Amino acid sequence: MKGKGMFGYYFDLALRSLRRNKVLTALMVMAIALGIGTSMTTLTVLHVLSGDPLPGRSSTLYAPQLDPRDMGDYQAQGEPPDRVTWIDGMNLLQAKRADRQALMTGGSVAIQPAQSAFDPFYETARYTTADFFPMFGVPFRYGHAWGAPEDAASAAVVVISSTLNDKLFGGRDSRGRMLRVEGHALRIIGVLGDWRPNPHFYDLNLKSYGGDEGVYLPLSTSQDLHLAHVGGADCWGNGGDGATPAHTAPCVWLQFWVQLDTPTRVAAYRQFLIHYSLEQKSLGRFLRPPNVRLRNLMQWLDYEQVVPGDVRLQNWLALGFLLVCLVNTVGLMLAKFLRRSAELGVRRALGASRRALFMQLLVESGVIGLAGGLGGLLLAYLGLWLVRRRPADYAPLAHLDGAMLGMTLVLAVVASLLAGALPAWRACQITPGLQLKSH
Amino acid sequence: MDIRPILSTLRRHKITASLLILQIALTCAIVCNAVFLIHQRLQQIDIPSGIAEHELLQIRFAYIGDRPNAYAQAQTDLATLRQIAGVQAVALANQLPLSGYSMSNSGIKLLPQQQKTSLEVASYYGQNLLATLGVRLISGRDFQPDELVDLKTALPALHSGDMKNLPHTVIIDQPVAARLWPGQNALGKTIYFGNDIPMQVVGVSSPLARPDSLQMGAQNSIVFPIRLTATEGGSYVIRTTTGDREQVLKSALAALKRLDPNRIVLEQRTYDELRHGYFQDDRAMAGMLAGVIAALLLVTALGIAGLASFWVGQRRRTIGVRRALGATRGNILHYFQTENFLLATIGIALGMALPYGINLLLMMRYELPRLPGIYLPVGALALWAIGQLAVLGPALRAAAVPPVVATRGD
Repeated sequence: MKGKGMFGYYFDLALRSLRRNKVLTALMVMAIALGIGTSMTTLTVLHVLSGDPLPGRSSTLYAPQLDPRDMGDYQAQGEPPDRVTWIDGMNLLQAKRADRQALMTGGSVAIQPAQSAFDPFYETARYTTADFFPMFGVPFRYGHAWGAPEDAASAAVVVISSTLNDKLFGGRDSRGRMLRVEGHALRIIGVLGDWRPNPHFYDLNLKSYGGDEGVYLPLSTSQDLHLAHVGGADCWGNGGDGATPAHTAPCVWLQFWVQLDTPTRVAAYRQFLIHYSLEQKSLGRFLRPPNVRLRNLMQWLDYEQVVPGDVRLQNWLALGFLLVCLVNTVGLMLAKFLRRSAELGVRRALGASRRALFMQLLVESGVIGLAGGLGGLLLAYLGLWLVRRRPADYAPLAHLDGAMLGMTLVLAVVASLLAGALPAWRACQITPGLQLKSH
Repeated sequence: MDIRPILSTLRRHKITASLLILQIALTCAIVCNAVFLIHQRLQQIDIPSGIAEHELLQIRFAYIGDRPNAYAQAQTDLATLRQIAGVQAVALANQLPLSGYSMSNSGIKLLPQQQKTSLEVASYYGQNLLATLGVRLISGRDFQPDELVDLKTALPALHSGDMKNLPHTVIIDQPVAARLWPGQNALGKTIYFGNDIPMQVVGVSSPLARPDSLQMGAQNSIVFPIRLTATEGGSYVIRTTTGDREQVLKSALAALKRLDPNRIVLEQRTYDELRHGYFQDDRAMAGMLAGVIAALLLVTALGIAGLASFWVGQRRRTIGVRRALGATRGNILHYFQTENFLLATIGIALGMALPYGINLLLMMRYELPRLPGIYLPVGALALWAIGQLAVLGPALRAAAVPPVVATRGD
């Protein structure tokens, strides 16, 4: 027997053997299913949470950091703040040294629907300059974003999410309609398509996941209308706690993102940031030596530790649990294989090679692994369902995708083959015929 | 019972025995750390807030459009709330303990020109705050009405460094006093904020928990004599007499809506609901850890039971011979129980080092404290108990093997 036929024979032998000792088989399958189920649940959550929010674009997006603070609590080599002040944000924006750049912050605004049947409600907002949309590749369902002229003129225009458009206008093209925001009438010029980047990388000060905004308007307009800023501010000196800081306040409260298309541009931009810091220091605005960072999107998410500590802790626990389950399976397989010494001895005596016996036993382990993997898959679906019921803001994202589904089965089979290797090798160390004598 | 025959049997099953020991050691290590983590979370959940939790209500609004007379409106709102049946006291507060949403933190310096701040504290302010929250004054006095400064005046004064329009006094809680001046009287001392703005300590209150960031010192809080309005993000805080809080909440909300219908309710809840919400992640995590412990012990128990029944099956003839030679059922039962106890003990002993290793790793990654020694015996006891339970079934089956097996050929 060769190739496929051989495998089929081993598979048949494995099924017979597994049926012969149902309790032991069930124990092994259960142990693998439990271990795989829990680890795949936590691995899936980790996989979803540490994913790339903008695949294809993330490597050219950078978050520049400057250090405008005073000398209080100064430490050499300390990290600069992760946001910028109004003055620095405006300076960097106007310098236009990147391929694209956007200055932005979060807000929360009252929407007063024209239909009197609706009560006023609050909607999260993004106040930003125009490059936000082309830089992040935001899709539009109707209309388009505003441009530099609207930024300069503080135009009374607004872009809304498709969710808000569905809620207010039943999903129809609402371009040209007026939206009452905090008592001001803004003209709708665009409706977004499906835009839900997770993690909410460009502003991690509120929710790291599921924080997509309903309303987008020019930063200049938001300042002219005195719209409230949300997300807090980090202040020093006499900055106070700056709920909505003044433009001159010593507080960082705005996000600044740039797009840099080539490594040369990245290096040049880093030089520019150092140069800018030195210039501000000579002007007396900065007190510290230049301390800049230029992280790309994925490095930024890593630095901000966007994946909750609890999730990482759970992941370690689950992997520890899987290890215990595997050790457990190794023990049980050893017991099972050694119990069959007689049968194996007969097969050796009839001419089967050690290699053949080893393969046969490994196929048996693989079958156990596959059954355990299927059980683990069910448990992972159950586990993720439990995760989704949790109140955390990342909870709704916990779904098993194709890649993780495949990985579950592969992990289960590989784990069980590893677990089966030692017992199988041990069981093959049998002298043909010896077993025949003793019985 | 003599353990030498057991040891010599185990030596012939080295691989199986060491696997069992390894599994017990790993389980012991994980269980110790998981129990410790659960304990940590539960301790967190039990943190005292320092306020009259079961008597408080919170209402928070958002406003559309500007409110030029917000301060006068706030006084009317508070006066109206006081008239409602079942209301003991009312306040406007910038933030509440354990609300998970921190509006305000301050760095305290003990000397002007000091480079590093001495302590990061949560700063509370609002009118009639301490009395409404039920925070006691341990020494000193509460703020006088003429000490209170409006937030809309204080903020610009802070930015311009104009001392005249800033508060000059502060009340600190007892943990802050103990941290800043251990063993001394804090009353009358001066502390500095921002660019050396001096404030005099006029009162020391009972401990008051922070809104969040508990790792920075769960009860390091101070109170400023600053008034604010609901338009500036303040919450109405209502302390009820022992009565129906839900009813009071409904009447209060209706009364406030009558005074100004053009505001949106952001929050209306009892303080217990607020606190419950703050700790829901910790509760979920503790539940999950308990689940992991249960699953681990189950898997280990099943593994032990599986191996034990394999051994019993393998040694049926030996058992039969021993029974034929005069061993009682009790002897056989004890043999397997002792064997399991020995394996568990070796596993636990080896596993003792492992919990500390894992704990060190966790300490580095998740800022956890050192694992206290008390958790090791807990893990050990759990595994001994699980081992004995798991081996009982197979051991009883072994004890039931009749002596006649020795004479048969199987």
